[in-house]
Amino acid sequence: MDALIEKLKGQIIEQLNLAEVKPEEINPDSPLFGEGLGLDSIDALELIVLLEKHYGIKIQDPKDGKTIFQSLRTMAEYIKSQGKS
Amino acid sequence: MNNIISYAHIKNNQVSVNGSVMFQSAHSASVSEFLSEAYKSLELSYPKFHKMDAQCKLGFLCAEFAMRGTAFLTEHELSRTAIVLSNNASSLETDRVHQHSIDDKSNYFPSPAVFVYTLPNITIGELAIKHKITGENAFFVSEKFDADLLVNYTESLMDNVTEAAIVGWVDVDGSNFEAFIFLVEKQKDTNKNAIFKPLNQANIITLYNQTKWTH
Repeated sequence: MDALIEKLKGQIIEQLNLAEVKPEEINPDSPLFGEGLGLDSIDALELIVLLEKHYGIKIQDPKDGKTIFQSLRTMAEYIKSQGKS
Repeated sequence: MNNIISYAHIKNNQVSVNGSVMFQSAHSASVSEFLSEAYKSLELSYPKFHKMDAQCKLGFLCAEFAMRGTAFLTEHELSRTAIVLSNNASSLETDRVHQHSIDDKSNYFPSPAVFVYTLPNITIGELAIKHKITGENAFFVSEKFDADLLVNYTESLMDNVTEAAIVGWVDVDGSNFEAFIFLVEKQKDTNKNAIFKPLNQANIITLYNQTKWTH
C-alpha cells in the first residue's frame, strides 16, 4: 500500500501541476479537497482521468468520487480493491 | 480625465516596466522556462499559477509587474475596476494542446484542466480571481495590437461607474508571445509611483514603443 501511495503522490503532482508541492509534504490521510492539498473541482475531474489513464479504472457513479477521493489513502485503497495496483 | 499610471511590456524573453527592462531570461529560453523564471523573480506564492496555460501566466505576470509598486489595487473599488484585454491568437495555443489530446482515439484522455483554458477570456478570469476584481470586463480578438479599440472601449467604460482599468494585449502563439498591459485610473494625484500620461491613442503607442529591448 505504501508503494502505491508514493506512486500516486508523484502522479498527482504531475497531473495536477502542483509545482510547489513536494511528495513528502503530502500526508496520505489529509483531505485532498478544501484543506490539505486544497484541490478544486477541475482537479477532481483530473483525478478521475488519472484513475482511468494509469489504472484503467472508470468511475461509473460520480457520487462515489466523494468517498474515493477523500484522501490519498482512500484513493490507494480503492485502486487495490479494483485489483489494479 | 483618465490617466495611464503604469505599464508593463513583455516580449523577447524580457519584462519592461514603465520603459525599463526589469527582468530577462536567456534569449534561448522557451516560453514556459521564461514564464517560470519571471514568476520566481516576483517571489510570489500563488500555486494556482502553475496550473494556468501560457496565455494566463503571461497576462498574470504582465499585470503583476505593472501593478508592483503602485497602489492601484488598494485605491479603487474592485467592483469598479475593469479588465479589458485583447490578442490575435485567441486561445489557439491551448486549443492545439487539447486537440492533440483527442487526436488518437485509442489514447483518448482529454484533460479537463487544459480544456478550461480553451477560451481567451479565461485570462481575465484568472486576474479577477487573484485580485478579487468584479468590475466590467471584455476580451477582444484583433489582427494586431489596436490602441484605438482599447482606448475607445476603456473610455466608454470610464464614462460610467468604472473608475480604474487593467487594459492591454496578451498574445501567445507557439514560441511567439507578447504582453503589454497598462493601468488606467480617473484623475488622482495620490499614486506616488505613477507615470501619469493621459489615456489616448498617441500615448499608448508611444509607451508601446518606448522600451529599448536588450535582445
